[in-house]
Amino acid sequence: MTTQETKNVPLVDIQHLYAGYNGEDVLKDISLTVQPEDFIGLIGPNGGGKTTLLKVILGLLKPRKGTVRVMGLSPEQGRRFIGYVPQYTVFDSDFPIRVRDVVRMGRLSPKRLFKPYTAADDAVVAARLDWVELGDLADRSLKELSGGQRQRVYIARALASEPQLLLLDEPTISVDAEARAHIFDLLHEINLRGVTILLISHDLNVISRYVKSIGCLNRTLYYHGEKQVTAEMLQQGYNCPVDLIAHGLPHRVLAEHEEHRS
Amino acid sequence: MSGILSYGFMRNALAAGVLVSLACGVIGTLVVLKRMVFISGGVAHTAYGGIGLAFYFGVNPLLGALAFSLGASLLMGWAQRTTRQRPDTLIGVMWAIGMAIGIIFADLTPGYKADLMSYLFGSILAVTPTDLWLMLIVDVIVIAVVVLFYKEFQATAFDESFARTRNLPVNFLYILLVTMIGLAVVMLMRVVGLIMIIALLTIPAAIGSLFLKSMDKIMWLATGLSVVFTIGGLLLSYAFNLTSGATIILVAGMAYLIALLVRRLCQRCPVE
Repeated sequence: MTTQETKNVPLVDIQHLYAGYNGEDVLKDISLTVQPEDFIGLIGPNGGGKTTLLKVILGLLKPRKGTVRVMGLSPEQGRRFIGYVPQYTVFDSDFPIRVRDVVRMGRLSPKRLFKPYTAADDAVVAARLDWVELGDLADRSLKELSGGQRQRVYIARALASEPQLLLLDEPTISVDAEARAHIFDLLHEINLRGVTILLISHDLNVISRYVKSIGCLNRTLYYHGEKQVTAEMLQQGYNCPVDLIAHGLPHRVLAEHEEHRS
Repeated sequence: MSGILSYGFMRNALAAGVLVSLACGVIGTLVVLKRMVFISGGVAHTAYGGIGLAFYFGVNPLLGALAFSLGASLLMGWAQRTTRQRPDTLIGVMWAIGMAIGIIFADLTPGYKADLMSYLFGSILAVTPTDLWLMLIVDVIVIAVVVLFYKEFQATAFDESFARTRNLPVNFLYILLVTMIGLAVVMLMRVVGLIMIIALLTIPAAIGSLFLKSMDKIMWLATGLSVVFTIGGLLLSYAFNLTSGATIILVAGMAYLIALLVRRLCQRCPVE
């Protein structure tokens, strides 16, 4: 696909999506378009469908209704342009593997079956490790790294496929405040390098400082491509957990609501 | 030592120890890293059904074991991949049904059935030159497949969702792996018996993963350890007149406990 073609086509185009498990919709009537160079943060409670939305975009879950296009293609075909950073909890932290070998996985594709990694692959791997400031830890074992460092390894792996879009599922869960700020600084730089970013988090407080636009996802999506968390959005999406919204924001009145869904 | 080697059966047994160790180290590492220990145990025990059937119909028991082992691999692999709910229950049920089939058909077979025990507990001293050739063939297949798909196996063992987003053939790779487990199981059955297969398949790789940081190194170490355990156990069983399969497993088990202890005492020891 040439850059000219990609200019007119949104990276992700979701229209009236319904999806879920065992016949029960977790996502209802979601419409979302991701344009080149966006940096979108979606917040929402656990069980609000954040991970489900990412699975649909990645073609790991079939929608029940509605359309999903990635780079104008079906998710299965379009996902090769996506770099995916899964939630930290899916990993076996004891898995014996070197940092370099994890990042190399980003270079894999069906075309690469039967072909060993090349020097060109390793050059990309080294460059992406530098983007996340882990160049000197390439030969370390993953289990020796801190939580924040590991998260950066997974970001480097996603970037190693040279994606148009970086999808992150709770990138700062289980890391301390300092590491969290570092990761977001890096994501900001990555976005400036021309990689579009869509991330989901339950931590509005942190992401609001970095992203270009914010949405709230709790089974339905409140997103208008704006940075402000508007009063209207909060009103409509007030069943986002209040502790996430109220802290440090001028909407403390929401803390009165007892709408926790954990 | 030279006294032992003068026996033909002992030379065969030692060769068998080395040959099974190759498959054991390579497949065992994938089994441990991909958390497929339970499915491996299931495949091994289900194979007993094939042995019982083969006895009843007067066919070579290894053929029966092979058919059941491969069938169980595919069925259990399919259950693991496609059923949302409790694949471990399904695998456990197949495991037991396989054993039951074997026992019933052994009952129905007239005559002396001591040979059936050798499949349960192993009989490395009864390995024939034909067995050795079969083991060599299995080794070649297993090693060739793992070399060809090494980076893909590593990626799916580490994080299958990501491998799927890279459009890797994750289901094909999984089925390939369970098939190889099925082959390895038949081969290991001769040495330690199907009841103790899981131990020999997993212990060497489990020790390796405590101290090493990459899959290829673990495969090498696991192969080496497996040679040490089978040969060491064999010699001990010879010296003290014990059952060889059980002695091999006890040697491996002791080594694993020691390795766990060392790892615990030395939390900050570097991983290579």
